[in-house]
Amino acid sequence: MIDKKSRTELLNASSVAKNFGAVQALSDATLNVSAGQVVALMGANGAGKSTFVKILTGAIKPSGGRVLIRGKEARVGSPAAARASGLVPVYQEPSLIPDLNLAENLRLTDINADAFRIYAEALGQTNLSLRAMISDLPLATLRIIDLARALASNPDVLLLDEITAALPTDLVERVLRVVRQKADEGCGIIYISHRFTEISELCDTATVLRDGRTVGDLAIEPGVENRVIELMLGAKIDLNTQRQVTRKTKLGVLPHLSVSGLKVAPKLDDVSFDLYPGEVLGVVALEGQGQDQLFDALAGFVRPNQGEIKVKSIPRAFFHPADAIASGLTLVPGDRAEALLSERSVHENVALPFSSKICNWGPLKLRHEKARVEQAIKRLQIDTRAKGEVQRLSGGNQQKVTIGRWLATGVDTLLLFDPTRGIDVRTKRQIYPLVRELAANGSAILFYTSELQEVKLACDRAMIIFNGQVVDIIDAADADESTLIRAAYGLSGKKEVA
Amino acid sequence: MRQLAQRHGWSAGLLVLLLLLLALTKFIQPSFGAVGLENLTRAALPFAFATAAMAVVVIVGGIDLSVASMMAACSVTVAVLMETLGGIPAILITLGVGATMGAVNGGLVVLTRVPDIVVTLAMLYVWEGTALLILNSPGGSMVGWMQSSIAGSFIIDGFPKALILTTICVAVLWVPIKRSKLGLSIYATGSDENAAFRSGVATGRTRVTAYALGGVFAAMGGISLAMLTGIGEPVAGPYLMASVAAVVLGGVVLGGGRGGLLGPIIAVFILRIVRTILTLAAVDPNVTTIVEGTIMVGVVMMGALLTMRGRKAT
Repeated sequence: MIDKKSRTELLNASSVAKNFGAVQALSDATLNVSAGQVVALMGANGAGKSTFVKILTGAIKPSGGRVLIRGKEARVGSPAAARASGLVPVYQEPSLIPDLNLAENLRLTDINADAFRIYAEALGQTNLSLRAMISDLPLATLRIIDLARALASNPDVLLLDEITAALPTDLVERVLRVVRQKADEGCGIIYISHRFTEISELCDTATVLRDGRTVGDLAIEPGVENRVIELMLGAKIDLNTQRQVTRKTKLGVLPHLSVSGLKVAPKLDDVSFDLYPGEVLGVVALEGQGQDQLFDALAGFVRPNQGEIKVKSIPRAFFHPADAIASGLTLVPGDRAEALLSERSVHENVALPFSSKICNWGPLKLRHEKARVEQAIKRLQIDTRAKGEVQRLSGGNQQKVTIGRWLATGVDTLLLFDPTRGIDVRTKRQIYPLVRELAANGSAILFYTSELQEVKLACDRAMIIFNGQVVDIIDAADADESTLIRAAYGLSGKKEVA
Repeated sequence: MRQLAQRHGWSAGLLVLLLLLLALTKFIQPSFGAVGLENLTRAALPFAFATAAMAVVVIVGGIDLSVASMMAACSVTVAVLMETLGGIPAILITLGVGATMGAVNGGLVVLTRVPDIVVTLAMLYVWEGTALLILNSPGGSMVGWMQSSIAGSFIIDGFPKALILTTICVAVLWVPIKRSKLGLSIYATGSDENAAFRSGVATGRTRVTAYALGGVFAAMGGISLAMLTGIGEPVAGPYLMASVAAVVLGGVVLGGGRGGLLGPIIAVFILRIVRTILTLAAVDPNVTTIVEGTIMVGVVMMGALLTMRGRKAT
């Protein structure tokens, strides 16, 4: 590889900060990319990686720090400006216009069709018609087109965000080769990926973000994975709530939910597990490993391509979310707004799920309902002054309503999708006991969390999904963060890595 | 070739339908000839421009409910200016006024981020009031050559001047734009605003430009109204709903990104000729609107069905 000192510096982002209101998403992010260099940008969920990418590509403006491209202050007010100053991104979702054909899409971004064709062919797209309509092309092809288009624009710095995510293995090989070649020609590349194998094959250095700041620049060498993971985790913040509940999975009990060989396009590949009553099964996965599809399929939003969902040993097919709910699977979505009637009172929101149970036709028996609702609300410890409209509650309290109302109703199987995202620590600590209490009442709970330390706090077992497949199911007692994150990155559970 | 057929399939289908309807007219009323055709196209003139205005805005992903009011404002503007300035300057100024009104609509949509339908509904009243301020009852005048320019046939019989005028006005403005980067940006913004933004399209500016272009077409519509009647009319005609109907029938997808101007303009003639046929056949005028609505739903559904079939076949 080229001598480090002789390289010209292409991108220099220093002390970049960004706050959204009171939330400091990024405090001191620094990134340097030189000509011919492939830099992996890494960070766990919530480290500020996506905010940093948005700033670099001009989608949002930083509140501090500066970005220099070739020594010149980059005017990154918009994606167009970022492009003009020499940084070209390839996003996770293809940014091609569906209703225009390929030639028109190239013209829109001022890309020479011949240059594009050379890269497209190098990437294995040999008989691509320029007249092809974008909306008719499969996702993998679109990603290749997006990449070839970015390569053909001859950028100073190329930013690739999860470029290999939707690609079959043979294409991944080609992509890595072409990207490496582009770097050797003098382009600087920022490479974002969850896959360590690709990073060690392609990248020269890794820049690690944690809690909104750059915590390390490492040269990629064998065994660097451990160091990267250490940096990503950092000093652990103790939530100070060691769980008191002891695990009691009764053997010989029928599972509430039994999933086998579940495949849901595009990301979930092959997932099997059993979920027992009284148990909280944690789901651990990096972003976009198929967990969204898993929850969507279980909640009846999409139909699986393959596999079987058994509820209490009876195979079920859901055509509508109502079918899933009727058979006892209840989703608490990650977005609270989807689950609550934000303009109605806490009472009404708590009562909503079981109104249907108490009375199908005619007026509701209000007194009967009221007693149970009152009880549930008391349990939630919500500030009663804001009870009139759920939207006036804080996010954390809203989340307590979405979970706590099932205490009043009783629920067979609860699917919690990242319930503590964006919630303060104090409220989090009130949510874990709620989850445990539901389990103690005999519910089975599937609990996806983007925060690894929650596995120990709230779960009995943890299922790790990588690349759409279950890599491991382990006891929560053994689920320390570094084990989980290694597994989540698809590395083997053991420390020694070749 | 297949691509060409795919892109213009809808317009070609509409054209066939139009010819069939013309044949039907001739069948019902054997005396229908050059004069009938002339009257038809002349009456369709303001509808065609209103539809072009609406189509451009719908393609960029918006909708402009103030089209008819803008036309009324432009028709009184041109009629008033004509008295002092004469033909050409009055027309040019009115086109500028139309562009400005459209740009104001678009600018408000982009700046306030209030939905298009709300902003332009409000602007409907603003432009309506403006028109009445300029001229509170029908008045003004037109120079003679303008009125004669849309009467009669061009060179050969049965080739109405009004049709030529529509085609030229729309084509001169639209064809170069559609082929340019601006045209691509308009389609891109309507198709997927996020992807367009990421591809470096200045989506806000594109929206405003499309609305302004719509305003220019509305101004042409207003001028054509004045040409038809010889005076300016400050009260908006029935062009809003008619233009939405023709846009939908013409294959422009509400929501943006797909369709062109050819289809909607053919659709205008279809809707007009249906009216003529029903009048000739002495159908109750109240039934006429029912038939029009039914045709719209029927044709759009048929189109969706055919597209689905085509997808399966390939």
